[in-house]
Amino acid sequence: MRYIPHTPNDIEQRLKEIGVSSIQDLFTSIPKAFHVDRPLNLPSGLGEMDLKNHITSISKENKAQSYTHFLGAGAYHHFIPSIVDTLSSQGDFLTAYTPYQPEISQGTLQSIFEFQTMIANLTGMEVSNACMYDGATALAESCLMAKRICPQKSKILMPKNIHPDYQKVCQTYMATQDIELESIDFNTHTGQLDLEALSSKLNNETLAVLVQTPNFFGCIEDLKSIQTLCEKHQTLFIVCVTEPLSLALLEPPGKFNADIVVGEAQSFGNAVSYGGPFVGFFTTKMKYVRAIPGRVVGETVDQNGKRAFTLTLSTREQHIRREKATSNICTNQALLATRVSIYLSTLGEMGLKALSRLNHTQAVQLTKKLSKHTKLKFTSPFFNEFVIETKGSVQNMLEKLKAQNILGGYPLEKDFPELKNSLLICVTEMNTNEDIEKLCKIIEEN
Amino acid sequence: MQDYRRKLIFEKSSEGRSAFNLYQKEEPVSIPKTFLRKEPMGLPQVSELEVIRHYVALAHSNFSIEKGLYPLGSCTMKYNPKINDQMACLPGFANLHPYAPTSLTQGALKIFHELERWLCELSGMHAVTLIPAAGAQGEYTGLRLIRAYHKDHGLNKNTVLIPDSAHGTNPASAALCGYEIKKIPSNKDGILDPKDVEKLLTDDTAAIMITNPNTLGLFEENIGEIAKLLHAKDAFLYCDGANFNALMGHTLVSKMGVDVIQFNLHKTFSTPHGGGGPGAGPVGVVQKLEPYLPTPRVQKEKDEFIWKEFPKSIGHIKAFYGNFGVLVRAYTYMCALGKEGILKASQMAVLNANIIKTKLKSAYHLPYDHKPCMHEVVFTDKKQSQTGVKTLDIAKRLMDYGFHPPTVYFPLIVQGAMMIEPTETEPPEEIDRFCDAMLAIAKEAETDPQKVKTAPHTTPVARVDEVKAARQLILKYQTKISS
Amino acid sequence: MKYPDDLRYTKDHEWARNENGIVTVGITDFAQDQLGDIVYIELPNVGDPVQKGHAFGVVESVKAVSDLYSPISGEVVKINQTLKDSPEMLNQDPYDAGWMIHVKMNENETLNDLMDASMYQKFCEES
Repeated sequence: MRYIPHTPNDIEQRLKEIGVSSIQDLFTSIPKAFHVDRPLNLPSGLGEMDLKNHITSISKENKAQSYTHFLGAGAYHHFIPSIVDTLSSQGDFLTAYTPYQPEISQGTLQSIFEFQTMIANLTGMEVSNACMYDGATALAESCLMAKRICPQKSKILMPKNIHPDYQKVCQTYMATQDIELESIDFNTHTGQLDLEALSSKLNNETLAVLVQTPNFFGCIEDLKSIQTLCEKHQTLFIVCVTEPLSLALLEPPGKFNADIVVGEAQSFGNAVSYGGPFVGFFTTKMKYVRAIPGRVVGETVDQNGKRAFTLTLSTREQHIRREKATSNICTNQALLATRVSIYLSTLGEMGLKALSRLNHTQAVQLTKKLSKHTKLKFTSPFFNEFVIETKGSVQNMLEKLKAQNILGGYPLEKDFPELKNSLLICVTEMNTNEDIEKLCKIIEEN
Repeated sequence: MQDYRRKLIFEKSSEGRSAFNLYQKEEPVSIPKTFLRKEPMGLPQVSELEVIRHYVALAHSNFSIEKGLYPLGSCTMKYNPKINDQMACLPGFANLHPYAPTSLTQGALKIFHELERWLCELSGMHAVTLIPAAGAQGEYTGLRLIRAYHKDHGLNKNTVLIPDSAHGTNPASAALCGYEIKKIPSNKDGILDPKDVEKLLTDDTAAIMITNPNTLGLFEENIGEIAKLLHAKDAFLYCDGANFNALMGHTLVSKMGVDVIQFNLHKTFSTPHGGGGPGAGPVGVVQKLEPYLPTPRVQKEKDEFIWKEFPKSIGHIKAFYGNFGVLVRAYTYMCALGKEGILKASQMAVLNANIIKTKLKSAYHLPYDHKPCMHEVVFTDKKQSQTGVKTLDIAKRLMDYGFHPPTVYFPLIVQGAMMIEPTETEPPEEIDRFCDAMLAIAKEAETDPQKVKTAPHTTPVARVDEVKAARQLILKYQTKISS
Repeated sequence: MKYPDDLRYTKDHEWARNENGIVTVGITDFAQDQLGDIVYIELPNVGDPVQKGHAFGVVESVKAVSDLYSPISGEVVKINQTLKDSPEMLNQDPYDAGWMIHVKMNENETLNDLMDASMYQKFCEES
């Protein structure tokens, strides 16, 4: 076996050194009754060439890879500059453990510190942690954190236009907590959170209000009005962002005095990879920093006064605080956070802004082209996703697009029975003008 | 002047520089002004080569498996085969959108299906979910299944028993599920005594969480008996599979009476830890817990794989379906090893740990030495502390010898613990070099303790002031924003 | 290690000094030594009730957390604000500048059941 160096001679010699006669003698503490007593129904090993062929042939069964995507809905297909792969796949980033020993982990620590800085700047927040599993668990963790800040309140308002998977994850996590999630409708005209519904449900007993912007339908939410209502009732204001590229164009949630801003940073240099690994981000105000979940890197000095970075505020975490920890998270998504740092350094201030604008304007162009034949479902401004209502059946149309190697978007009826024949379309820099023309043509014909 | 090597990317920034171009015409934005960003984002402005030099220098200041032995106990830092990464980056996997129709993603679903089958076969469990993102989320999921079962059967149980040698995620995960935690002491041999379990076991007990082999590197020999005690009370045996590398191919956890186990693919199945993640923490269960597994679950209907929801499920625990890219790597690894390779891996992992135990036990205090260890061994600083040299000093000094330190001060029940796990991918010669370094440090602790106490002497930075970091929190660079 | 004679001590390593019904509370020299460099302290607010044997705050070093247990029942009348910004005071001067709270003790409360200096010293040496 190429990964295991021991030759029969090595084994024999080492057993002698240890003073036992066989490998089995090292396993004597395991009662016989627990041993594997039948041949395992598993294949034998493969040489690298056969292995590569085997796995590659499975990958080719994923026919979707050669399709053009207009699918977003929380997983965004963006261009990844070559250096992101090159730099992040360096063995010293890839095969290091969690940076528990700062003297030999400055690379990971500094890149996470840079990640924290970039995420805090983008969201307009004071402090960011080192990352979470994904946007959905980050949102669930934000609800748990709200409860730590305000233990006497229990109700959290969750709009129905938050990503359906995120809603489901929150429901799972809150099921064993003293937290009640209550839905709020969206405005069927604008696609935004229904402010009247919010205002009628919000009172001084409300722990927090969650808002996703752009929301699942791509609509930009009116954070200012929502924040005003939250402030009136001393309710925590939690904002979730699933397409962080929007932050380069839109006023950041921090400007609207959000208490916690979480989201998904996959868009920044990470592949869609069938939904994972992704990388959640988590930011808040400095006054709540001790309630934050997960790891945090801080700047300090070494004993010679040289700048150094280290994990800090560890007493919140499971390895020290155990059952009283702010979260059970240990392993996170650090490599993806490093990729985010590299990606954002590469695009930089101007590149990210230009890319963000391009995503938006491409989407606008598409809606203009479609406007003769198709109606936009919602009226509010959008970033790079929007909903159209088709005249005929969405499924028929998607099938026709599929026949042309196009994945036309996300049909909403599955999660929103009231939104019949509604399609969520996403446009990114990856969609060429030809793709867009093709899509328009088929939609028009339908 | 500040050391250039210690500069942040922001401090290398020059107004107007960029490593990215878009040669597209700017179209007008159609979003009302009130929604638009007014201030800069404070992102770096650097050229492509500057980005490269920055992150190459950062990587260089890290230690990694590819530089040398990384014997972190209970972390299983084995070699991460390069082919695994290459396979996960194939366009058919990396560019696959999670909401593409399943008719076009059959290859991905096949990997889920096959990997579930591998893990069932290696553990003897009835069903597996691959969704949990890491070991801790696996623990959370496993305990939620237990909670769901008890609720479904009208049983009200609110306590989980956890040994004093357990990893911190165990109590943290149990608390997240709403359980009270009761601590069980380990006996003088470092394992659980069924009598101690019996004393704490009540009708309120939902489960016990046992790491096997435990964090002392010892097999919990009484686990079968403990399982029987639990089952008689409708309680479940949760096995933390962080140390599954000692067992795979050799032992079936199902035979021990385990009801739930989480696997750490980033440990046992060689996926790279990436400086802290991503991982994957699949969970295997017995038949009676299957209905509660998180969804969606991959199912084969007719000749096609599909995603399916189940009514009794605890629901979704993560967006989409799990850390797929990590699953591809683990599956590639399993296919490379095959059933024979997997058995050899666990055997050689145990052999390597026992070499270390044999070679170091004269120089370092070994608190538990009545049997061969499993895949890891725990020493203490008891002998060295006579000259004032502590575990932390030994750990730091190892860096000067070119090795990563072991896990230190854990498990908590051993004072000054050093928990060493070499893994099977280390050649015996590397094990020898590590042992020579440990022996040299033991000698230094007698002859020149100051040298050990002030280590490391050769690393990119010297000992880091963690107290200052915690007292004066600097958690981001204060970017100078110019507009 | 210092064990001032004029103080009373708990098994959780807090000290208490009664001056006309107002009890000053802090942690002992032994406690600060065991914790190491203290980086953070969480204290109750003025006006909060505290209960004998129950946690009234938290003290943290880099790698350890410890609850603070009140030696007496009563109401917090003053807290040492400077500790928030200078937690190192607890290490440097645990019995004086490092005091934590003043508690106005409830009626019928006494410190008599707490250890005196020599008993506490013995207690520490044995643990």
